[in-house]
Amino acid sequence: MRISKAWIVATKDMRVFLRKKYAVYSLVLFPLIVGIGLPLVLRFVGARQGGLSSTRLPILMNAFSFFFLIGAAMLPTLLASYSLVGEKIEKSLEPLLAAPITDSELLLGKSIASFIPPVGAIYISSIVFMALANLVTHNTLGYSYFPNWTIGLILLLLAPLSAILSIEWSVIVSSRASDARAAQMQGTFIVLPLAAIYVASEVGAISLDTRTLLIISAVILIVDIILFYLSTKTFQREEILTKWT
Amino acid sequence: MITVENLTKKFGDVTAVEGLTFQVEEGEVFGFLGPNGAGKTTTIRMLCCLISKTSGEGKIADYQIGKAADSLQIRKMIGLVPDNVGLYSDLSAFENLDFYGKLYECPEGRRRENIERFLKMLGLWERKDARAGSFSKGMKQKLALARALVHEPKILFMDEPTANLDPESAKTVRDFILEIKKQGRTIFLNTHNLDEAQRICDRIGILKTKLVTIGTPEQLRESLSRPKTEIRLAQVTEALVSALRKLIPNKIEVSGDKLIIDVTDPDKENPTIIAAITSTGGQVREVTQLVPTLEDVYLQIVKETK
Repeated sequence: MRISKAWIVATKDMRVFLRKKYAVYSLVLFPLIVGIGLPLVLRFVGARQGGLSSTRLPILMNAFSFFFLIGAAMLPTLLASYSLVGEKIEKSLEPLLAAPITDSELLLGKSIASFIPPVGAIYISSIVFMALANLVTHNTLGYSYFPNWTIGLILLLLAPLSAILSIEWSVIVSSRASDARAAQMQGTFIVLPLAAIYVASEVGAISLDTRTLLIISAVILIVDIILFYLSTKTFQREEILTKWT
Repeated sequence: MITVENLTKKFGDVTAVEGLTFQVEEGEVFGFLGPNGAGKTTTIRMLCCLISKTSGEGKIADYQIGKAADSLQIRKMIGLVPDNVGLYSDLSAFENLDFYGKLYECPEGRRRENIERFLKMLGLWERKDARAGSFSKGMKQKLALARALVHEPKILFMDEPTANLDPESAKTVRDFILEIKKQGRTIFLNTHNLDEAQRICDRIGILKTKLVTIGTPEQLRESLSRPKTEIRLAQVTEALVSALRKLIPNKIEVSGDKLIIDVTDPDKENPTIIAAITSTGGQVREVTQLVPTLEDVYLQIVKETK
């Protein structure tokens, strides 16, 4: 496999994404809501009479950190599903598949294009979030809560693994779907297990400590490997070409 | 350059192409004519390694189609203009060509040079930065043609490149094909347009799932159409036609003031026919020996193979 070929596809796809309003809005809105919105929630809830106690604040901030994981699973589906279904809509797959590029190079390129912008947006928003959250909670806690192991694991391990999971799932769904919206809808189902973990932590069923996050990472890694195998099997160029064109 | 032997493609129980055998020489323009569903697109897709063959053999230069190790080499040396242009509508004309130039590993300087050259040849250079999505159908087709050539392929496959284009755009595309023909490129052209095939192609194959016939346009015309003599009369009456039918055995068609008569040997039969007409009171105004067109040949073949 030649990474250079995959990169050519990736840069082309990223250029296309940047010209799609919905993709740009999604990539800008998420950092705004999570990076700025969540610290504002901390600020206003904390400013109310009684405010947030120094014992309640870390639980809340860990829960908020989990939003980056959900974002990392959700945002790539928007791009990954369009990346393949977009070729179907533009009827551009035939000349593309006639070019000297292998299926794995093509899929890797599309995966890179669906990975870099959302994960970049997540990282930027996380930096903003950590800085603002520290600013509004420093007085109550007496120290800067971020960075810590929890958000470190989420950003450096879980978020990339979840983004890969979501991209692989989208490839599988898109190879079968004929409509970008349908593919995106089905693609977002991948968020459900992560949302369930979040709810479980909120109701106290599980604790999002380092050990739990490592277990979740291991599970996602295994699912990633299985989905990678399935996504390469699902992408049958002849079937896609004869069905799509 | 292209060698095909007994090539067959089946989709489930449906046979799209059966037992194709032909060769295309280097620098030759080979046209495939056939009705919708005849298997023209399927053949191009097999030759471009886009779909697998069911049986038979196919070679592009020294590489075998259907052999995984060879398919990348084949794709490197070919250019494809599919029936759907398949451009990225959000990218500019230049970006579309640049992307494919990079995929085909065309060095940057050469790539830029080729993009400029082909866009200028096709009258699109001024619109190089405009989104491909804003182009008319004809402009998109021209851009797809430039895309297929940006890496200077040895073989160019074109699937109905002038279909649904206005006459002016179709002429530009045809002239461009003739121009690249001069450069010695091998061209494989699928078309519905008989006039186009006659003007551009060195040889033509007529396909209807099976290859019905193959030859130069002249060979096809000569081998498959009977000559006809067209005689314009002062007046054509039923009495005259029925009297004539009793005198000569040839098949006679009436079209306005003209009689179109099938002949085998015009030099021998025409004087007899003229004599028969005058003897039955007909006044001959004009006699024309009709040369069968490729359309006559094509329609005859398609009718015969139904």
